Amino acid sequence: MAISIPSTRKYGFRMNVVGAFGALIILFWVAIAIFAPHITPYPVGKIVDFNNFAPMSSKDLLGTDYLGRDMLSRIIMGARYTVGISAAGVTLACTIGVTLGMIAAVVGGIFDNVLSRFMDALLSMPSLLFGLVVVAGVGSSIKVLILTLAVIYAPGSFRFARSLAVNFNAMDFVTVARARGEGILYLISEEIFPNIIGPVFADFGLRFVFIVLLLSGLSFLGLGVQPPQADWGALVRQNLGGLSYGAPAVVFPSIAIASLTIAVNMVIDNLPQRIRDRIEQ
Amino acid sequence: MSGTMARLVLFRLGVMLVSLVIVAFAVFFATEMLPGNVVEILLGQSATPQAVAALRHAMHLDQPAFVQFLHWLAGLLSGNLGHSYVNNISVSTLIGERLANSLRLAAITTVVSVPISLALGITSAIFRGSLYDRIVSVVSISVVSVPEFLVATTAVLIFAVQLQWLPALSLTNNVHGWFGQLKIYAMPVMTLSFVISAQMIRMTRAAVIDTLNTPYCEMALLKGSSRRRVVLRHALPNALGPIANAVALSLSYLIGGVIIVETIFDYPGMAKLMVDAVSTRDIPLIQSCAMIFAITYLLLVTIADLMIIVSNPRLRK
Repeated sequence: MAISIPSTRKYGFRMNVVGAFGALIILFWVAIAIFAPHITPYPVGKIVDFNNFAPMSSKDLLGTDYLGRDMLSRIIMGARYTVGISAAGVTLACTIGVTLGMIAAVVGGIFDNVLSRFMDALLSMPSLLFGLVVVAGVGSSIKVLILTLAVIYAPGSFRFARSLAVNFNAMDFVTVARARGEGILYLISEEIFPNIIGPVFADFGLRFVFIVLLLSGLSFLGLGVQPPQADWGALVRQNLGGLSYGAPAVVFPSIAIASLTIAVNMVIDNLPQRIRDRIEQ
Repeated sequence: MSGTMARLVLFRLGVMLVSLVIVAFAVFFATEMLPGNVVEILLGQSATPQAVAALRHAMHLDQPAFVQFLHWLAGLLSGNLGHSYVNNISVSTLIGERLANSLRLAAITTVVSVPISLALGITSAIFRGSLYDRIVSVVSISVVSVPEFLVATTAVLIFAVQLQWLPALSLTNNVHGWFGQLKIYAMPVMTLSFVISAQMIRMTRAAVIDTLNTPYCEMALLKGSSRRRVVLRHALPNALGPIANAVALSLSYLIGGVIIVETIFDYPGMAKLMVDAVSTRDIPLIQSCAMIFAITYLLLVTIADLMIIVSNPRLRK
């Protein structure tokens, strides 16, 4: 419920300082994730210090982990797994959910009813538990993680997109398009999708936050990204022993997770009113 | 209760039953698809082909999947949850105490967090745009963005390691007395309250503000009622539905979503039971746990929907 900023052009996009700051943090982590192998000061697995849980120093900017490996390098590489897996998962979930949601709204009838009930049934499983069961049953790999995350979050996205699309489906321009004899594909891609893209984008962001937290939770329980690879959740788990000394090795991965998720929330909360006016319903 | 309302309520209950059957179906076939052959795991070294076939027959595993499903569903309806594959104890015995523990934790957390979140959400809607409102919203956004294991481990670090006020683990058996119980539940409840409150605060505030934008609230304001009166008398009754929905969704998290809290504090609840069951491929136990989670969720969502119907004055005639 921020103050609305009038935008002059149709696709004008202005953001206040807080939103821009959030966007900057997101861009920063994305850039880190993309260029990770080129900017780590040390190889990720290399033991650089015989002190475990070493404090911050000029040699190891963020200290060392429980084996004496450089934390900065590990967090930089961790960004790849956390950001990459979450982005892949949320893209898959929202593509499936939004497409099916729009189709269900346009087609209606039995198809809509059956699909909606099925999605509701999927929604009724606790997400973390569902993830744990799949991962414990099938075994953990990055592919399995991405698919599981997508399956967990697609139903919510479906419900959201469907409830938006149903409103537009009843509008005159869709009725007219239908009377012209346009197919489903045209209806959803040309008539409905452009109208719901704003809220869907915001929903995408929120779902990304949930996925980051869920992935970190899975890794924290030891069922997410497997060693020698480590995402931020796994880094927290590995270095949990350093918690009682307040070691930077356990503090910084946590800060990394929090900074990413808070940044996404900051952007969503400060989206222009026109885009976010439906989000909080 | 009018005819329309009764019809809506009945329809909603019907939808719940249909969802329940779909869930049962999904749970059964999803667990059947778990890799790993139960019979071979059970027999271990002595898994000769004959023994495998005999045990499969004894456990009805040689029947078609759909027949197995009907068997299982019939057992479920008559209250017979089957026996654990691993130690042959009846599933209801295994679940009983764990479910009681989970429900107790959920109940305490509900009693603590729901009033606080509703109060914070409603007051920040009353003082919308003030410093108070902004502080509440920033704090709740931050809390919802932080992984719960971080909240839990930080709490352990502060209250158990540094201050040594509270025990780090919840071994509920050998603690007596009111104060001892309080100490055990303090940290799990605190962590869970943090996690579920943020969502409830945000949704409550949004729901109240949504109704504040309606013409009748504007009218009340123009007639000169105070902001507090407009919120409490005019907006709040109409925001009850969405608020109930938000509360139900948050609470559904408390039975199954608490696995991290149960793990960190070593609390013997349902979620841990189910994860353990998965690692031993104890399919009857997994199925029963999954059904309990699904039933809880469906019950809560149905209650929320019923509250929306019942609290809608337009349906009351």
